[in-house]
Amino acid sequence: MGSQSNWALLAYGDTGWGDELLRGLGLTVQISLCAYLVGFALGLLGAGAKLSSNVWLRRLADLYTTIIRAVPELLLILLLFYSGTSALTALLIGIGFATEDIQISGFAAAVAALGFIYGAYMTEILRGAIQAVPKGQMEAARAFGMHAPLRFRRILFPLMLRYALPGMGNQWLNITKDSAYITVTGSVVELLSAGANAAGSTKEYLFFYSTTACVFLVLTVASMLALAALEKRLNRGIRR
Amino acid sequence: MNDILDLIANSDVLSFVVYRLIPGLLQAIPVTLELTIICCVVGNLLAVPIAVARVSPKPYLWIPSYIYILLMRGTPLLVQIYLIYYGLGQLLPHTWVRHSFLWPYLRDGFWYAIFALSLNTAGYTGEILRGAIQAVPHGETEAGKAFGMSGWLIFRRITLPRAIRICLPTMSTETVLLLKSTSLASTITVMDVMGTARWLQKQSFRTYEPLIAAGIIYVILVFILTRFLNWLERRLNRDREQPVALKAEEILGNA
Repeated sequence: MGSQSNWALLAYGDTGWGDELLRGLGLTVQISLCAYLVGFALGLLGAGAKLSSNVWLRRLADLYTTIIRAVPELLLILLLFYSGTSALTALLIGIGFATEDIQISGFAAAVAALGFIYGAYMTEILRGAIQAVPKGQMEAARAFGMHAPLRFRRILFPLMLRYALPGMGNQWLNITKDSAYITVTGSVVELLSAGANAAGSTKEYLFFYSTTACVFLVLTVASMLALAALEKRLNRGIRR
Repeated sequence: MNDILDLIANSDVLSFVVYRLIPGLLQAIPVTLELTIICCVVGNLLAVPIAVARVSPKPYLWIPSYIYILLMRGTPLLVQIYLIYYGLGQLLPHTWVRHSFLWPYLRDGFWYAIFALSLNTAGYTGEILRGAIQAVPHGETEAGKAFGMSGWLIFRRITLPRAIRICLPTMSTETVLLLKSTSLASTITVMDVMGTARWLQKQSFRTYEPLIAAGIIYVILVFILTRFLNWLERRLNRDREQPVALKAEEILGNA
């Protein structure tokens, strides 16, 4: 197992695993992006529920964040993956959108499971960010006669986003790493699965898991650079 | 009582839950706790030299430490576990280790899990500790110097204790994350709570019951751990508790 033969294993095409790994990276990024958006939407809803005056909404949101954050992600992924798939199937059949032989794609189930988990973490971040928006800003908007949706769109949301950015950036870094858990469901060939397949068929475990780790590292470092640039841009009107 | 036993015996689900699921998962709790405690101790001890190297001005110290932290925090823990378990598993049989006293341990996934989780914890805690060391007020180390303390003594008596106190809340969160991360050991054949749940899943062809029961156990463990860490934090910070103000009637009695 010289280094020469090892690099040939990464060749693009039928002989090497380079294209499989790249496709895996593509899927990891897609799953992470979609799940991030789902999580963001759930986080906004959750934050709204936590700050609402309705006791039951608050309790529901508390239950959601407490339980999701106390249970290991691996367990949640497995649980949500199975239950999400069968629930969605039942729902689609129930409303007549599908017949008995429908199959929920592994991709959709993975996105739903990961998004549901991250919704809980984002709920806490967004709640903190909304509370950090100065009261005077919202009062000024009300004084201008803006109605609630406009206040949200023009004042609360953009201001909140800036306070939420460091936390939300961390969540992006975490979600790209946690997407690796999808591999235990064996349904989507994302980066780690692709690496594991390559390692398993060639018996070059050390080489392929190191390569997989390197690709994840590149993704993380690229994300960190992008986030730093984004933070700089969003804070350009702020004096330090 | 007999009615209840009858009910359990006649119900498929109940007899599975009572006679197989609950005893099986309870037996696995010590494994999860062992993983958590060993990795917490080893990882946090390793974190100290990493953090010290990270704040050092010498490039041959801070650069390796920086790279180590980046590697541990920049790649998924699951990849690290696979890399160590399968990667070392590929290398070790061809070396002297095969015939040494270590071999019986190294065939067991448990020790690979300990190794991987400890290294990972060391990376995360190292970064936290670095921030805390830098947050120790300069005046305090200066006071140590004024007393004629040596560099090592200042570190041992002033910088480290102060830094640990500063990052205690973050370390608590990190320990809870570690408890949750131990579930990843189940992917390399360790029979912790998660591993047992997945084994029971395969044995019984039941998808949800084992996972939900394991989830409940993790929630309880996290709750207890959080309580314990809060207590520990309060205890270590006893000297800075606000003195309790007595009400006038308590001082004067009920006169």
